[in-house]
Parts: sequence; structure tokens; C-alpha cells
Amino acid sequence: MAGESNGPGTELKALNLVHNPAHSGPQLAAWGRLSAPGTELVSENFEQLTRGARLSRGLGRSYGDSSLPATATDKVAASRNADRILQFDNETGVIRVEAGVCLADLNRIFMPRGWFTPVTPGTKFVTVGGMVGSDIHGKNHHVAGCFGAHVRELKIRLASDDIVSCTPTILSELFYGSIGGMGLLGHILEVEFALQRIPSAWVWMQSERMPDIDSFLEGLGRTAPLWPMTMGWIDCLSRGRSLGRGHLIAGRWAEPNEAPSAQPASKPMFTLPFELPNLAVNPLTVSAFNMAYYHKHYRQKIQKVVSPEPFFYPLDAVLDWNKVYGPRGFTQYQCVVPRAAGAPAVREFMDLLTKLGGASPLCVIKDCGPQGHGMLSFPLEGTSIAVDMAVSAATQRIVDRLNEFVIAAGGRIYLTKDRFTRPEHFAAMEPRLDAFLAVREKFDPQRRLRSAQSVRLFGDPV
Amino acid sequence: MKIVLLGAATGMGRAIARQLVERGDSVFVMGIGADDLAKTAADLAARAPKGGAVGHAVCDLEQPETFAQALDAADAALGGFDSVVVTAAMFASQEALEADTELARRLVTVNYANTVVFCEHVRKRLLARGGGRLTVFSSVAGDRGRKPVGIYGSSKAGISHYLESLDHKYHAAGLRVLCVKPGFIKTGMTAGLKPPPFAGEPEQVATAVIRAMDAGLPLIYTPAIWRLVMLVIRHLPRFVMRKIGF
Repeated sequence: MAGESNGPGTELKALNLVHNPAHSGPQLAAWGRLSAPGTELVSENFEQLTRGARLSRGLGRSYGDSSLPATATDKVAASRNADRILQFDNETGVIRVEAGVCLADLNRIFMPRGWFTPVTPGTKFVTVGGMVGSDIHGKNHHVAGCFGAHVRELKIRLASDDIVSCTPTILSELFYGSIGGMGLLGHILEVEFALQRIPSAWVWMQSERMPDIDSFLEGLGRTAPLWPMTMGWIDCLSRGRSLGRGHLIAGRWAEPNEAPSAQPASKPMFTLPFELPNLAVNPLTVSAFNMAYYHKHYRQKIQKVVSPEPFFYPLDAVLDWNKVYGPRGFTQYQCVVPRAAGAPAVREFMDLLTKLGGASPLCVIKDCGPQGHGMLSFPLEGTSIAVDMAVSAATQRIVDRLNEFVIAAGGRIYLTKDRFTRPEHFAAMEPRLDAFLAVREKFDPQRRLRSAQSVRLFGDPV
Repeated sequence: MKIVLLGAATGMGRAIARQLVERGDSVFVMGIGADDLAKTAADLAARAPKGGAVGHAVCDLEQPETFAQALDAADAALGGFDSVVVTAAMFASQEALEADTELARRLVTVNYANTVVFCEHVRKRLLARGGGRLTVFSSVAGDRGRKPVGIYGSSKAGISHYLESLDHKYHAAGLRVLCVKPGFIKTGMTAGLKPPPFAGEPEQVATAVIRAMDAGLPLIYTPAIWRLVMLVIRHLPRFVMRKIGF
């Protein structure tokens, strides 16, 4: 489909993914703000709703087209109203929830009681079903793995409309295929996993300024064995000697004697009253932001107790921060470069990114632990780099170039963020794809379940 | 507080029940489908910070014979309830109701006649113990005969009228009747309809309703802007109402 390129614009239009005012029908949008024609059905009774549905979605927080329907007439079931906690064991932390439960809700309810999700992504506005479908990872990936590693059981509606339960030992192919499987093997109805005990609801955090990419990578390596949570923010506009400078952030849960006695206050969230114009995010504003952020703290290293909200979810403070990119929308490029490729590969990647002009206020780096059991799960042992990009005519070319580099380095990209990768590139970077498609063939030979992304990347018939 | 909620499994009832248990109230949830109610009760129990009591019983507004039994069960479980919230009701578009007279009969029976019967059961029980709170979801649709919500609106006009009379008659006896008139709220009931301006989120509306319950108010429009909207609508001359589609 994306075989020869007539420029990114035509390709996107063919996929119905460019906002097209001429299309008067209802649109569904994902976090990157580009929409596709379609409607979602919402009901507390998600189990019934998924009957005959071709795609399910949670809060639409994936950036690209994984939660967008392949065609306007595909039945899309939204899980967000199916948000009941079905069981919770206060001794073991084992919890069973309906797929639409929002992580923000779980945090609000269970953090004051000393429990936290074993893995959290960078936003709390995701559903647990989505956390499974994307097999999300967090700052603790190097010690805890992905969310899927903590899942004990899934209840799933298959393409056949049958409802089954699967575990690491019962229907294990379905179980591990669904972890990170973007909802393509079945609609995830219920999830059982284990919350983790936390000593307090506060985080002991350290932030270190890193002058360049090499010290950054060295710092990540040095910090990982000492801290259960690490990540870095990189100023990806800086060049030359300060290429890859930024902040290396590490954290652990604060012990009760270090933490304030009160629970962290929930701050009011800020909403953008209108979307910013396309040009609000430009090299000038981005470099100003990055300069200010880099000099956020003057001391080379700071340590303090912080509320978990700004630590885990700095961007959630602005409820709809995706509007800063304007109506053109944006994408995030996230890839992982294997440890074997070494620090030079990461440096080269940063170099390439800077040359291609991937200007972004948000560039996040993280060292990942070993690959999990999810069949299409993203992380592998190495360095993950995520960078936001406003969508423009150049985006397809930038993503292609970055993908070529990642393929050569033996890395791969994160489907949850992706909307521009070509199918041949994805196949080249994903040796596990055939195994995943074989499981799909077994549970859904007619490809009843599909998304705009599965049509784009796996060539599902439309 | 010990609160009974009819219709707590979905939509506004779910949102209100959650906020009540999270602040420490004991609740008893009623609705249709025993298995589903059990799940709702489990959800509320898991959300209750101190493990407050949560019970459940089937009570179907289409079957008035279930009312007394369900209220008995609630009384037994809670040791005498002091507040009842009714969010259960039927909704269908004017087109669907005009096309299907049987559906229209069911809807007006559930939303008006059977809701009044249920409230009469509650009134007697509360007055017998010296008073209490009765909160019922009516609708802004009951404020004026309007083209898009004629039949549904008439059932809500009836219930608003009944609730106001209850308030007048039994306020002195300790009954606090709250008539809730929601505008558009983004729940399963309105899923598929295009949200108008000022559409409310269930959590925000639940907070406003609970505040009004605690304050003993007789009437609340929510989101609050609908008080103004309906003030204007109520005063529009008939020739205007015939012309506009609102």
C-alpha cells in the first residue's frame, strides 16, 4: 500500500488520516490529533458492546492510528464507561478490573492506602485495557519490565464473539499475543494484575544535569543499578559538544520517615481554552523552552522529596497539552536501540535526529531492561528514545530515515506512538511479527479485528 | 449517611454512589440484573477507604412489586436508611417514541407512574422515622413542552410536579426532597447524541448533586448554567417555540 511514495500527503489521504473538512461525518481522533472518520459506541456494558465490534479503544491516548478504525463503518467499542473494580485483595494487592478503569482512578483510590500500579506510563489518563494492549513501560522498566509482566489473567472477547479467559499457562499464545498486541487478538474485557506496596505516597527524586550524550548514557548506566526509576530529558536542539545534554532523573519511593506526613495534594488541572496556532511550536520557541528547562536547576545535582504527580506525569498538569501543536497535529517517534549497538549508535541517532530537524520540546531517553514475553511488546535491552514532532510535509521522510537507522542498529519502534512507519520497515525491524500473525491467523483468520494501524502495517484487507 | 441508590449501576447513579462511598457513606445499590449489581457493589466496596458497608438488591421500576422487598432489604442491610437517590429512568428519542407507542407507554409508566409509586414507598418509610432525604433525577426536559423531547419531557414534567408538591407538604415533617434537573450529561444515556454546549461530566454533576443534598436544597439545575437556559426557554412565547427546533 505504501509501496511507492507520492509524498506523505497523498499516502495519508489514502489512509483517511488527514483532517479533511470536506468529510462532514463524525471523526474519531487519537492523541496526535489527526482523525479518521468513524464513531465510537460507549456503554457500561462493554462486554455486550464488543459483540461484533471490529476495534475497541480506551481513552484514545495512543498517539497514532492504533485506536482509529480502518473504515468509517467499523463498529468501535469504547471501554471508558466499563470502569469497575471487580476484586481487590488488601493482603496481596491482586486486583481485577474492567478494561475501562482509568489509571488516574486507581492512583487516587489506592495510593493513599499504600498501593501503586507495578508499572505506569507517562500519563495517568489511560485505561488498564490500553495498558495491556500497548504493554506500557515506565521509568522502572530496567527492574520491573512492562505492565504485561504483572498481569495474571485476561478476559477477552475473541473475533468469533466467544469470551475466554487466558493466563500465562492457559491459552498462553492468546495471553502473550494480547500483551502489546494493540487489541488485535481480541477485545480485552477484564484484567487481573497485582498492585505493588509502596512505603509512602511520595517520591525521593534526584535530578542531575548532563552536559552531553556520552555522559548521559554513562549516567543512565551508573544510575540504573542504584535507582528503581530512571529516565532522562534531552535537549535535542543542542549540537556539537553539547549534543544530547539534559537532565538525568532518578527516583525511588520515599520511606515514611523521609515523606511529609500528609498525602500529596491533587493539583487542579489546567486546560487550554483554545488550540495554539500551528506555528506556536517552532525551532525558536522550542530552543527557548529547552534552554530554560536545562537551566531549571543551577546546581549540577539536586535531591528532594516530590509528589508523584509531577514526577510520573509532568505533562498531565495541562489536561489537553496536545493542543499546543495546533490543528496540524503531531506524532511521537519512539524507538529502542539495543545495548549491543552501543553508545555510538545512540549518539549517531541523536545526531541524525538533530540534522533532520526533529525539533521538539520533548525528547525522553530511558534505558530498558530485557525484552518481555508480550509478542509485540516494544522494549528490548537498550536505550529508548522518544521525541515529539509536529506533523508536516517532512514528517514521513524524517520517520523513514530514522527507521532505516533503527533497522540497521537492530532496534524497533513503539506501535502506540506510531503513525508513519512503512509496513516493510516494520517487518524488517520486527522478527517476532510472523509469530504474532500466526496467532492472529489462529484466533482471527478473517481479520475481523482491525485498526487503521493494522491495515497500514500488516496489510489487513479493508 | 446511609443511602439507598436506585439505578446505581450506570451513569449518574454510578458517579454519585462512588463519591458517597469515597467520603465514607454506607450505600445500598438497587437496579436490574443481580449479577451486574453484585459487580457494582464490589466496585463500591473496593473504593470505600474504610471498607464501608455496601449492599445490593434487585429493584425494577417496571415491576412495582419489587419495591417493598428491595427497600426492606436495604433497611435490613443498612440498619435503617436515611436517604434515597433515584437516578433510574428510561430514555428514548422522540422519533423512537412516536414510532413505537408501546415503548412510549413503558417509558411514561416507568419515569412517571412507577417512580411516583416508588417514592411513595420511600416517603412513608422516611416519615415514619422522623424524616430523611429523597433525591430524584427529573430533567430540564420537563420544564417546557419542546419538540425534541415531548413524550420523555412530559414524564419528567410529571415527576418534577410531584416532587415539588412533596416538598411543600412534608418539609415541616422533616422530609427533604431534592428535584435534580440535569441538562445534558455525557453518560451512556446520551451516548450517540451530539453534546450541546454546556454538556456536563458525570463526576462534576455528581459533586453538585451531593452538595445540594447535604444543603437540603429542594431543586438544582446542573450544570448550573441550565438554570439560565431554562429560564429563557420557559419565557419564550409560544409562537417562537413553534418555530425553533429546541
